[in-house]
Amino acid sequence: MDMSENLKVPTMAGLMAEGKQPEVLFWVGCAGSFDDRAKKITKAFVKILNKINIDFAVLGTEESCTGDPAKRAGNEFLFQMQAATNIEVLNGYDVKKIVTTCPHCFNTIKNEYPALGGNYDVVHHTQFLKQLLDEGKLKIEGGEFKGKRITYHDPCYLGRANGEYEAPRELLRKLDVELVEMKSCKSRGLCCGAGGAQMFKDAEPGNKEVNIHRTEEALETQPEAIAAGCPFCNTMMTDGVKNKDKQDSIKVYDVVEMLSDAVDL
Amino acid sequence: MMAYLPQILFIIALGFSIWFFTRNVKRLRRNILLGKNTDKSDQRPKRLKKMLRVALGQSKMVTRPIAGFLHVLVYVGFVIINIEVLEIIIDGVLGTHRIFSFLGPVYDVLIGSFEILALLVLISVILFWTRRNISKIKRFWSKEMTSWPKNDANNILYFEVVLMVLFLTMNATDYQLQLNNAAHYNQAGTFPISQFLLPMFDGLSNATLIVIERSAWWLHILGIFFFLNYLYYSKHLHILLAFPNVYYSRLNPQGQFSHNETVANEVKMMMDPEADPYAAPEEGEEDMPEKFGASDATDLNWFQLLSAYTCTECGRCTSECPANQTGKKLSPRKIMMDTRDRLEEIGENINKNGEFKPDDKQLLDDYISREELWACTTCNACVEACPVGIDPLSIIMDMRQYLVMEESAAPVELNNAMTNIENNAAPWPYNQQDRLNWVQEN
Repeated sequence: MDMSENLKVPTMAGLMAEGKQPEVLFWVGCAGSFDDRAKKITKAFVKILNKINIDFAVLGTEESCTGDPAKRAGNEFLFQMQAATNIEVLNGYDVKKIVTTCPHCFNTIKNEYPALGGNYDVVHHTQFLKQLLDEGKLKIEGGEFKGKRITYHDPCYLGRANGEYEAPRELLRKLDVELVEMKSCKSRGLCCGAGGAQMFKDAEPGNKEVNIHRTEEALETQPEAIAAGCPFCNTMMTDGVKNKDKQDSIKVYDVVEMLSDAVDL
Repeated sequence: MMAYLPQILFIIALGFSIWFFTRNVKRLRRNILLGKNTDKSDQRPKRLKKMLRVALGQSKMVTRPIAGFLHVLVYVGFVIINIEVLEIIIDGVLGTHRIFSFLGPVYDVLIGSFEILALLVLISVILFWTRRNISKIKRFWSKEMTSWPKNDANNILYFEVVLMVLFLTMNATDYQLQLNNAAHYNQAGTFPISQFLLPMFDGLSNATLIVIERSAWWLHILGIFFFLNYLYYSKHLHILLAFPNVYYSRLNPQGQFSHNETVANEVKMMMDPEADPYAAPEEGEEDMPEKFGASDATDLNWFQLLSAYTCTECGRCTSECPANQTGKKLSPRKIMMDTRDRLEEIGENINKNGEFKPDDKQLLDDYISREELWACTTCNACVEACPVGIDPLSIIMDMRQYLVMEESAAPVELNNAMTNIENNAAPWPYNQQDRLNWVQEN
């Protein structure tokens, strides 16, 4: 994928100075902003947004952690401080619609901000793209994954937490991949091991790491690539594949990365 | 007088059974209401629909087809055969015999279907026992499934076998007595199953048959009275509590964790430039909770406590738990069992002392270890798996909240992540000013 082309990434502050209001705010998230692997997902998404001329903006340096890991670690106070700060910024820009590439940000803003005064129409990027597809604004044709055997890992906070199993699968089907399901998928999908702030701590003693266990389930399907819809799942699965020494033959992609060279204008 | 003796004995047994059951239901209610308040009075039509679908309709049981199907058989059998129990109770009180037999052909159909169901229950229960004790299905062999929980599960199965065998024996001898034209044994009912037991009673005198028939009748109904009162001490309470538990279970998306209004008010104050931090709280505003989160069973809300009594320890939650699958100590089922055990301990304490006397114990550490709590990935697999709407995750979260907000006892790496969030708005030590750098990087 060619990332060298210039991305157009307007900020809310920049647009406001010009007296403009974008249709949608792209919430990048901490992983999407700072994690080297996740930044590629961010860029792949922006590339599509640019390609089909979506009127969007980011908060940039005004964005801060949604507070998801703090809340799930038990620090309600820190969570609410983060939420209050973010809601103040979002409401200040009169944001109506938010799209995010991180299911954790998605879940928190969508479900936990309303009680604190933040009411927005929040969608995950796979839902956003699926809708553009339905509206005919996005056309997907072939691409390098056509005919390839792909298994999709459901992120807990998109799947079980919010009941979205179909949008990412719908996008993959449009790529004409051979979609194969793991033995635990959809509402019974197994966690990658990163949720509930586990990403930021060592696991408790056990006989295996959760991400290894999940990767084994993925590898059982004999995939040519693994698709995910969450930057944290992506990291966990990538590490799992490395642990199994399969990193050369099996790559872990975000659904949007797989789309990005199949998007047709 | 002697003629009325069976009726008198029956009424005494019935009365005692109802009195004891009522006493335990009152204790159950009292214990559940030791929990914190939570408002579940909203969305009644939606709750009712969910209860009909999930509890009455067993919709989540059948996600595991074999266990689900067998369970539906036992469940339908249990519910339907209870119509027969009603007849037995009326007969017992009035000294009649098969009082519903005036229904004629309807009665024949009823008794016939009870018999078929009884056989299906018998078969299912034997298969359940085999699954539990011989095929060694993993979720029945976890650490928490030893001693009482293990015996309790088997006791119920043995009990069902005994009850069904007594029921069929009672019918078989009754049928034989009907064929013999014995006095009081009028022609009533069809016996599609128990007719095959007749050879066992071949050649017995009417007097002997009556003894067997009466014994089976009495043991069957006394068994049911016992079973009713066994419930309170057993995982089998789910046959009653599954209904209210599903009714009150969460309707919001599973990802929406509970909102904390106290903290919200605190934060609002801190964010409000007009607020006077030294101002005395207004009347009625000093409702700061004595603690954040939960360290004991009574810090949980009443729904969570109801759930603890509802849990039937099937272990579907634990078998879906990623932490448990990878050998960590966490088992969502154990979280529910521990909560019930601790709540029972508190209840017993109150029964003994009239009010709760501090016992130097709590749910945290004495029952549920920190290691268990920190192993959770909050993935909601346990919540999804529960056939009766229990949310073990909410208890884990409340206890984490206690650990972090009251004891500052998070694992070190988590504290680092939280410090980062506080200082630079991301869980990693990156500067917020660099959040847009990715645009320029290749």
